[in-house]
Formats: sequence, structure tokens, C-alpha cells
Amino acid sequence: MTDAAFTLTIDGTVVAAKPGQTIMEAADAAGIYIPRLCDHQGLRHQGGCRVCTVKAAGRSVAACTQPAAPGLAVENETPHLHALRRDLVEMLFHEGNHLCPICEASGNCELQAMAYRLGMIEPSKFPYLEPTRPVDASHPDIALDTNRCISCGRCIRASEDVDGKGVFGYVGRGIHRRVAVDGADLAHTDAALSDHAVSADVCPVGCIIRKREGFRVPIGERDFDHHLIGETIAEKRR
Amino acid sequence: MSEPRLIEISPVTRVEGHGKVTIHLNRDNQVDEARLHVVEFRGFERFIRGRLYWEVPVIVQRLCGICPVSHHLAGAKAMDQIVGVDVLPPTAEKMRRLMHYGQVMQSHVLHFFHLAAPDLLFGFEAPAERRNIFEVLREQPELGRRAVLMRQFGQEIIEATAGKKIHGTGAIPGGINRNLPIAVRDRFLSRIAEMETWALEALAIARNYTLDHAELVADFGSFPSSHMSLVRDDGALDLYHGSLRAIDSSGGVIFDHLDYNGYHKVLVEDVRSWSYMKFPFIRALGAERGWYRVGPLSRMNTASFIDTPLADAAHRELRAVTGGAPNNSTLTSHWARMIEVVHCVEKIRELLHDPDLQGSDLVARGERRFEGIGVIEAPRGNLIHHYKVDENDQITYCNLIVSTTHNNEGMNRAVKDVAVKHLSGRDKITEGMLNQVEVAIRAYDPCLSCATHALGQMPLQVELLDAEGQLVDRATRGA
Ligand code: SF4
Ligand code: SF4
Ligand code: FES
Repeated sequence: MTDAAFTLTIDGTVVAAKPGQTIMEAADAAGIYIPRLCDHQGLRHQGGCRVCTVKAAGRSVAACTQPAAPGLAVENETPHLHALRRDLVEMLFHEGNHLCPICEASGNCELQAMAYRLGMIEPSKFPYLEPTRPVDASHPDIALDTNRCISCGRCIRASEDVDGKGVFGYVGRGIHRRVAVDGADLAHTDAALSDHAVSADVCPVGCIIRKREGFRVPIGERDFDHHLIGETIAEKRR
Repeated sequence: MSEPRLIEISPVTRVEGHGKVTIHLNRDNQVDEARLHVVEFRGFERFIRGRLYWEVPVIVQRLCGICPVSHHLAGAKAMDQIVGVDVLPPTAEKMRRLMHYGQVMQSHVLHFFHLAAPDLLFGFEAPAERRNIFEVLREQPELGRRAVLMRQFGQEIIEATAGKKIHGTGAIPGGINRNLPIAVRDRFLSRIAEMETWALEALAIARNYTLDHAELVADFGSFPSSHMSLVRDDGALDLYHGSLRAIDSSGGVIFDHLDYNGYHKVLVEDVRSWSYMKFPFIRALGAERGWYRVGPLSRMNTASFIDTPLADAAHRELRAVTGGAPNNSTLTSHWARMIEVVHCVEKIRELLHDPDLQGSDLVARGERRFEGIGVIEAPRGNLIHHYKVDENDQITYCNLIVSTTHNNEGMNRAVKDVAVKHLSGRDKITEGMLNQVEVAIRAYDPCLSCATHALGQMPLQVELLDAEGQLVDRATRGA
């Protein structure tokens, strides 16, 4: 492989890329936003949620893991992909218990913001699974409301790769796969507020929360009160 | 001799509320008991268990589509105690008060316009088709316009303090999450004079009606009862905070200056197997005589005075009608409500001029406690929130007494009175009885959606069933 930069196209726009970059990284650098949930800056890519699905050379691939390649023609904003992404996000809502009006992540939540961006107005197509899931409030500083977990795995990767602790991990398989803590409950792990994995920004939703801080930020000053998710990336283009 | 029978009266409801009245006759066709079934709060006290305490002020707003802000504030007051705060920073307390006055104002205006205005303007004698909001709008478009704008003003106050018109987040344990920017304040100040003028005009409509129809008012839904509310330490009307005062139907003090943290010492919450809603009564008076009412009329009766001049003058005039004794006539509550609207507008004005609203000290913290009680005067009356929180910050216990619960026994008794008068010894449900049942329920202004229809239009279904549950007779009104 050479180090030479190359170009590819995303929805017809010519985009520069470097060897080793994923499609998403090249897009980000060019100010083109590809929707995503499980991917997070500074964490290893997982390719789990599939919200970043794009068409590359006619095939559906995850933009967060698929390497950029010279001359590749990528489709991102097409009605088909839009509908697919919306379905995926809709299913995440239906799989857990998401009551946004009473959730402290409201306004800061990437799932909710994604739903707004993708125009998910009235979720109706899929049945609500209404699982019974526990709230783990055993830790003095952190609580885990797994009703809102979307199994994105960010906490797992942060805990393993960044903190080197392995506080979180997956249990179960398929649709039953869940995030769990390594121990009887959070209090019995060595999770600390200073860990990257439990810091407020790694969990995209209101599952890992800092205790006693909920609702301190008034409506109007939350992350997505005034702009759509992805807008900061798209701004680079101007 | 006939078999015991059960008569069912079901208000047919579309939105939140399900209420149902069953009247139980004995074998001699005499009324044994009347039961008003209210299922609104079913399950909530359980749902909240396990949730984290700072979520409470936000979650409890889901309890009621009619006055979410009152629950928000009562829940927040209880959580203040959980975080060990008895006195909020002035900015926080005043922002919450502003929110509350905005809420009471908009709720009362809505009530007045939708429920009271048709009756007050056209009279009860007018045909039911005429006594509705559309007729009011047609005949008095200016009044309609003002009602809309006053309500909007109250809602905008809520939005400015809570972040949203409904389901905001403003009040948090130990304080508030925002202050009021000068620009927003000035927007409200520029409209406050108009609000006051309109509030006084609405007050005049309610007052004149009450005084011009003294006879009707005296006997239409007049239920002697005890009354309870919060009052300020000096006895003034206080919708946001104070201690509990209860008086009997002739004005005798039952208890006074009672710290609301001890509410369970003076109130007993009776449970009946057939209802999810409890039946509180005043301990000192016992189960038989201890029932009481809460709400705007009760507040007029319990308060010694009002600390804003225009509302105070109106309060004195209302009290003079009964020579200072408690006023037990339901129709007078329209007047009481409008006095409170004037009071809210006066209070909002006072607050808007207070620089504390621009303060930046928003939240206090103290030593963590494990039990918290919050009490507030909601538009429909006294509201009690009581929680226990464990060392993990999770709710383990919740007890709510909403105004409709306070009024529960009174409502049941009033319905029974009607039934005794109209039914005993008869097996036909008459239109007259339907009307009287409605008046009896409405006297207590319950937060049932069926009660939000204009008088004479509360959707009711009456079913007469025999001992085997067979339908003997049915009368339906509305839908
Ligand atoms: S986690 Fe996000 S999507 Fe889920 S309830 Fe909270 S705000 Fe809504
Ligand atoms: S807890 Fe949060 S970060 Fe971890 S998997 Fe669930 S949603 Fe993702
Ligand atoms: S962001 Fe690519 S699969 Fe989740």
C-alpha cells in the first residue's frame, strides 16, 4: 500500500481520503455527515448498529468500518438508505423502554436526536417489546438504567481499551444480547466517575448516568435543542 | 320483596378520566351506599418505585393532563427535603412561585371560560345547546379573545420558568435550573396591566352573577362541609407554601399552623376494597364527620386575608355574603376562582419587579434525608406528595393525596344524598336524577375529564342492574 491520498465520491461529491481511513472518516473530514450510533471518536470501530449503512459500489456496508478506496462511489443520502436507517432507529426505541419526556438524557441523547433527524415522528410500525429491565443504582456516583440501553457497546470498548478495566461486557446472544457489568452490580465493579467508560459523553443515551445531575441543564441549553445531530460535521464544509 | 340491585352511572369519557358511579340498593329498594369509582391514579405510586429521586418532579407530571405543573412543584418540594434543603435560594423559590401563579392563572381561566362562562352568561335556564363555549365565542367574541390571551400569558410564564408549556423541567431538587432573563421579564411586564384589567372584568362577571342570583346560588349544590388548605403563617392565602389549616362548616378551627410534614397526624387515609382512591378524613372528627373539601372556595374560607390589595378587597366582599362564616355554596367557586386569578396576576406583577428573578444562585444542597413531603395548593385544591428514598437514591415509597382524593368522601356522600332523594323505592332513572348526580360531582370539581364538560353535558350513563347483574333500565346522556 502506498501513502498516496486518493479520492472517492459520496453522493457524487468528490472527497479526498487517505489510506487506512474508513468511508466515515473520509466523509467526516470532508464535512459530510453519515448518521451513526455505535461509533464514537476515540474508540475502536465496532460496526454494530448499522445506522451508518451506505451503498458502496452497489453493496450495503457499514461506513464506520468499511475502508475508503480509490474511486469508490458511495451513496449516503438516498431515500432508500434514509428509510433503512429510520427503521433501525425505530427498532431501537421499540426494543427498550424509552419514555423521552421523563428521561434526563432528553435533549442530549443521540438516539432521540437521530430519530428527529431521520424524521421518526410516530413510531408505529413495530411492536413495543416492553422488556422488564432493572435500574442499577448501587454505585454512589453512577446509575445504569438499562431500559434505555441500545447495546452500542461504546461503554464496553471504552472500559476495555481506554480504562483497561473491563467494567462492562455483553451477555446473551442475538436479540437477547445485553450489556452487563462485571460483578453483582455497579457497586461491585471498580468503575469510577473518572473512567472514560462512565463519563457522560460515551453513552449515547440515558443509560449510564451521573447521579444527581439529571435535569440541571435547562431546556433550551441542551446539546440538540438548537441543532440537528451531525450538523457540526456538516458545518466544516462551509 | 325485590332482590338487591345495583345501579351503575358511568361517565363516558374520552381522554384521561374514568369515573363510574354505582348506587347500591337493598332489598327494600332503599339506597344503601353510593360509590364513585375513580381509577386515574392507579398504578402510579407503584410505577415510581425504583426510579431515581431527581426524576420525580419530571415523572409526576405524567400523572395528570390537567395540572402537570402542580405535580411538578409538589414533587420538587418533596425532593428539596430529600437533598436536605428547607429554604431555597430566593431566585429558586421566586421562579417556582412565578411558575405556579402562571399555572393557576391559566388553569382557572380555562375553567372559567369553558365551564363557567356559558352558565354565567346565559343562565342555567338556557337550553343545553346554547350553554357551550362556541355560543360564548359567537356572542362575546371579545371575552373569548381575552380568555385565550390570558391563558396564553399563563402558559408563557410556565414556559419561561419550566422550559416548556407542558412537561418542563424547571424545578429540580433543591432549586431551579434557570432564571428569568431581563428581556423575557420585560415582555411579560408589557402585558401585565392588560392582564389585570381583564382579570378584574372576569372577576366582575363572576361576582355579579353570584350576587344577582343569590337564591339559586344558595340552593344549587350547596354542601356544608369542613374545609382545608395551606395558609401562610399569618393566615394569608398562599398557593405555594405554608402550613395546614382546617375549619368546620361553621368556621370553627379544627387545626391550624400545622407543619405539613405531619399531615398524617391529622388526616387518616381510609381504604375501601372497591376503590383505588383513598378516603381521607380529619382524625379529630372521626370517620363519620371528618370529611372535608379542598379547592378555591375552601381557600376563600380558610384564608384570613389575601396579601394583594385587589384580590383582598374581593375576598372581603365574598366573605361578607355569608357574614364571615364559611361559604358552602358550590356556585360561589366561580367567584373564588376569579379572585385567585386576580391574586395570581398581582403576584406575577410583584415577582416580575423583583430583581431576585435574575439571580444566579439557583440550587441549594444540605444533608441528605430519606423522606420528603411536598404540599402545594393546586388549582383544584390541596396536593400532597410524600416519598421515601433509599441510600441508592431510589424511591421506595410514594403516597399522593390529590385534590380529588381529599374530596373523595364528600363526593360519595353528595352522590348518595341525591340517590336517596331520587331513587329509593323507585326503579326508574330520571333526567332530574342525572342532573343532580352531575351537580353533586361537579361541586367538588374533580380532575375527571368527564367533569370538563359544560354543566348539563357531563357524559353520563346510568345502568340499573338487578341482583344477577341483569340490565333493568339504562339512561345515557352525552357520549
Ligand atoms: S435514552 Fe434517549 S431515546 Fe431513550 S428515553 Fe432517553 S432521551 Fe429518549
Ligand atoms: S450502556 Fe450506553 S454505552 Fe453502553 S451499550 Fe448501553 S447504550 Fe451503549
Ligand atoms: S455507526 Fe457504523 S455500525 Fe454503528
